[in-house]
Amino acid sequence: MTPLLATLYQILQMLLVLALAPLLTGWVRLVKARLVGRRGPSMLQPYRDLLRLLRKEVVLARNASWLFRSVPYMMFTAIWLAAGLVPVFTTQLALAPTADLIALIALLGSARFFLALAGMDTGTSFGGIGSSREMMIAALAEPAMLMIVFSVAILVRSTSLAEIADFMMAGAVGLRISLALALIALVMVAIAENARIPIDNPATHLELTMVHEAMVLEYSGRHLALVEAASMLKLLLYMALIACVFAPWGMATAGSGVAAALGGVVVFVAKLAVGGTLLALFETSIAKMRVFRVGEFLGGALLLSLLGAIFLYVSRGV
Amino acid sequence: MGLVVSAIAFLFAVAIAGAVAKRLPQASTVVYGGTAAACALIALWAALRLAGGGPDAALVLPVGLPWIQAHLRADALSAVFLIVVNLGGITASLFGWGYERAHHESHSTSQGGSQGHSQDGPVLPLYPLFLAGMNMVLIAADAFTFLLSWEFMSLASWLLVLSTHRDPETPKAARLYIIMASFGTACLLLAFGVLATAHGDYSFAAIRAHAPAAGAAALVVALILLGAGSKAGLVPLHVWLPLAHPAAPSHVSALMSGVMTKVAVYAMIRVLFDLLGEPEWWWGGVTMGFGALTAVMGVLYALMQDDVKRLLAYSTVENIGAIVIALGLALVFKAAHTPVIAALALAAALLHVVNHSLFKSLLFFAAGAMLTATGSRDLNRLGGLIHRMPTTAVLALIGAAAISALPPLNGFVGEWLLFQAILNAPALSEWSLKIEIAVVGAALALATALAAACFVRLYGIAFLGRPRSRAAAEALEVGRAMRLGMAVPAVLCVVLGVLPTPLIRLFEPALRLLVEAGPFDGRAYQPWFWLAPTSAIGNSYNGLIMLVVIALLSVVLVLGIHRKASDRVRWSIPWGCGFDGPDPAAVTQYTASSFGQPIRRAFGSTVFRARDHVDMPAPGDTRPARLSVTWTDPAWVVVVEPLARAVGWLAEKANRLQFMTIRRYLTLMFLALVVLLVMVAVTQR
Repeated sequence: MTPLLATLYQILQMLLVLALAPLLTGWVRLVKARLVGRRGPSMLQPYRDLLRLLRKEVVLARNASWLFRSVPYMMFTAIWLAAGLVPVFTTQLALAPTADLIALIALLGSARFFLALAGMDTGTSFGGIGSSREMMIAALAEPAMLMIVFSVAILVRSTSLAEIADFMMAGAVGLRISLALALIALVMVAIAENARIPIDNPATHLELTMVHEAMVLEYSGRHLALVEAASMLKLLLYMALIACVFAPWGMATAGSGVAAALGGVVVFVAKLAVGGTLLALFETSIAKMRVFRVGEFLGGALLLSLLGAIFLYVSRGV
Repeated sequence: MGLVVSAIAFLFAVAIAGAVAKRLPQASTVVYGGTAAACALIALWAALRLAGGGPDAALVLPVGLPWIQAHLRADALSAVFLIVVNLGGITASLFGWGYERAHHESHSTSQGGSQGHSQDGPVLPLYPLFLAGMNMVLIAADAFTFLLSWEFMSLASWLLVLSTHRDPETPKAARLYIIMASFGTACLLLAFGVLATAHGDYSFAAIRAHAPAAGAAALVVALILLGAGSKAGLVPLHVWLPLAHPAAPSHVSALMSGVMTKVAVYAMIRVLFDLLGEPEWWWGGVTMGFGALTAVMGVLYALMQDDVKRLLAYSTVENIGAIVIALGLALVFKAAHTPVIAALALAAALLHVVNHSLFKSLLFFAAGAMLTATGSRDLNRLGGLIHRMPTTAVLALIGAAAISALPPLNGFVGEWLLFQAILNAPALSEWSLKIEIAVVGAALALATALAAACFVRLYGIAFLGRPRSRAAAEALEVGRAMRLGMAVPAVLCVVLGVLPTPLIRLFEPALRLLVEAGPFDGRAYQPWFWLAPTSAIGNSYNGLIMLVVIALLSVVLVLGIHRKASDRVRWSIPWGCGFDGPDPAAVTQYTASSFGQPIRRAFGSTVFRARDHVDMPAPGDTRPARLSVTWTDPAWVVVVEPLARAVGWLAEKANRLQFMTIRRYLTLMFLALVVLLVMVAVTQR
């Protein structure tokens, strides 16, 4: 694999995730609408929404600082880079050795850190409510995520996503109870991190239940477009991550040609369609939790992932 | 070595000059300038010594007790810590110079009234002594010199804490500090006593040559964890630290929190890795367990604080926990004869020592800047400082992001290395250890995530939002020296985050000395801008490429957005739920306690028995609703209060000894003599 091709794949991946993220959100919304008997908007509606927001003027609070204005760019870049690090159609990415799964989690943590700060910048109650709840959720979701990494890394002997995907594709793992526990925990974390039901409702603007939406309430215009696009990218990132670790089949590997990579793109789109449908099914069949039940939900995820790691030792004496 | 000793002697000279000339206007310039110069000299010497290699520098001074001389020796481990201590000394001197001048001016213009520490008299002579004491601990090579320097360091810092004695909180803090410091020194004294009993020679070389028996070694491990742990702030011995560190002037707080705790870490490393010889597997297990408890509890405490400096002191407790986890891991891997992984864990510990000394100094300086500008360190009286103090705000943001372990800053690199070591747990054979490491890993991850929440809270409340008091609304940016004092550690935080490998290479002689391996052993050559340590898990991280890619993507993004999007901006009043007066007290924005409420509810309700009480007026009543938060500190309830009761009870009983007749005193003395003679007779038989 030449470095040139790896760089090309990397650029292609960066553009691909950017292009597909709104489509995935549109697909989830469409399936949800159909499931509750509405016709729902077109799958392309998120693109139109983003373009509309970009064309609108920005309304800033009188006391907003430079931090408030630069955070949308910072968080979007961080999440975009993180999405570019998860192998989606090939494991041969130029940036693969620069950052492993731990760095990826930390990159997402940076995005959240700055967005939470931005929520507090205007000095309104809603920003504070959103930031404090978001950090509480993150304080539980992040360790759970790292414990999932722990289980996978004990099994694969690497935290590099490309190596994890290669290892899983080789099929030497088989079915393992630890992996099942890690998968459940990862799905729970993904739901919390993406502000989906039952943790948070992406469509709500009811003050008592808002978390993520409250934090970004003061954003408008191009800033809001960036924040929304970053959320869409994050949803895609988590689906790609679950696919990469637990269902990496169809990805191009070292030695396979360009055709395999293009095939990988098609398979990835199919995986996203399945993932989006499952998410929509899950969201329509469950009610939202009270904010303070979230601790139990994510504490469960943390314990599951820890159990997964301990089971690994017990089952095989790794 | 002569250079280091002369520099320390120079620090003493500066202290004397400061004591003599403290009334002169140039006194602070002389003291801080002289201290910075001496520190720079020692730091440079240590860095050259590490980079150049060569034999250990040693010196025997004919001072001290008549039959033992003072042995001094600077090996690679001492050199690493000499760099940490003196780097902290340089920046603290720079900041302290500006800080004292600012407080001097505000004092002479307004004649007090603020909470500022304008009594800089006692600080001037003590400040160089404190740094001299820390340096002496690091180069001591016999137990006697070590303990003497240790006590000297403790007393100098204790007097510095007392320099703000007009603050009503200070005497209580100082009393607790002196008790804990004496307790710690007593433990260390016993530990060295046990180490030297077999041969009666107190020099480190002799102790190293005679490894103690298993039982004695276990006793030493326990005593070191108690003695050095109480200085470093291991839970539950941390109670003094959040009271004493904030009480001192801010640059001294930075030294106590960022640097003196590292001297305690040095003592742990020196004894556990160097003097005790081959470790047993359970030493690391115990150490790690204490580290994990300390990390999680420290950050939970920090999340409940409203006082900026106390919050930072509790955050130090958390970071010490992370360092101690790394030390425990290194011990475990050393005992399991996987020296390369031990070197990886120890490198993580040393890197975190350097990192924490940088960002904690930076944050304490920022707290000092806020105190100078607003006269308050209560979060609920700050706010909106990003508009009034733009430079401090940027630098403090770097510190907050670095301590929250965000890439590509230095805090993340230390955490990443530590996780790499944790992920090597399968190399061990004990089941209990493997499972413990998994749990410790979870605790560390939890502590890191909570630390991010803690610093969002600190930064968001202090620098963002709207001012919560008139002082905050009228704050002015601090002077150039203070800004420079903050800028140096901030720049180092970024540089070490992007290029950590040269620093880790600098640690290699120390790692070879302690675990006989380096973190890059057996790995193919890597260029200096990659971080790819040897481990069963072949991973790499590159902060430089990450930074470049982020910069590149940001440029693409900004250009792309601004070509397409509307550039129009309208400024407007945000919706404040109907409250929008100019009065800072009548703004509906989140306070420090309200920000902490979700986490307090999720974590604090069981550990701290935290309760929120809402005082809601009846309909029609016009008084405001009030929310009050109460919580209890389990360390006080479980450790300190029973201990204080026991000491009080003992003092009560011992008090009777004061009111006896001469006859009884003589009887007591006679009995004591008989008991001692019987002991001698029994042991000599």
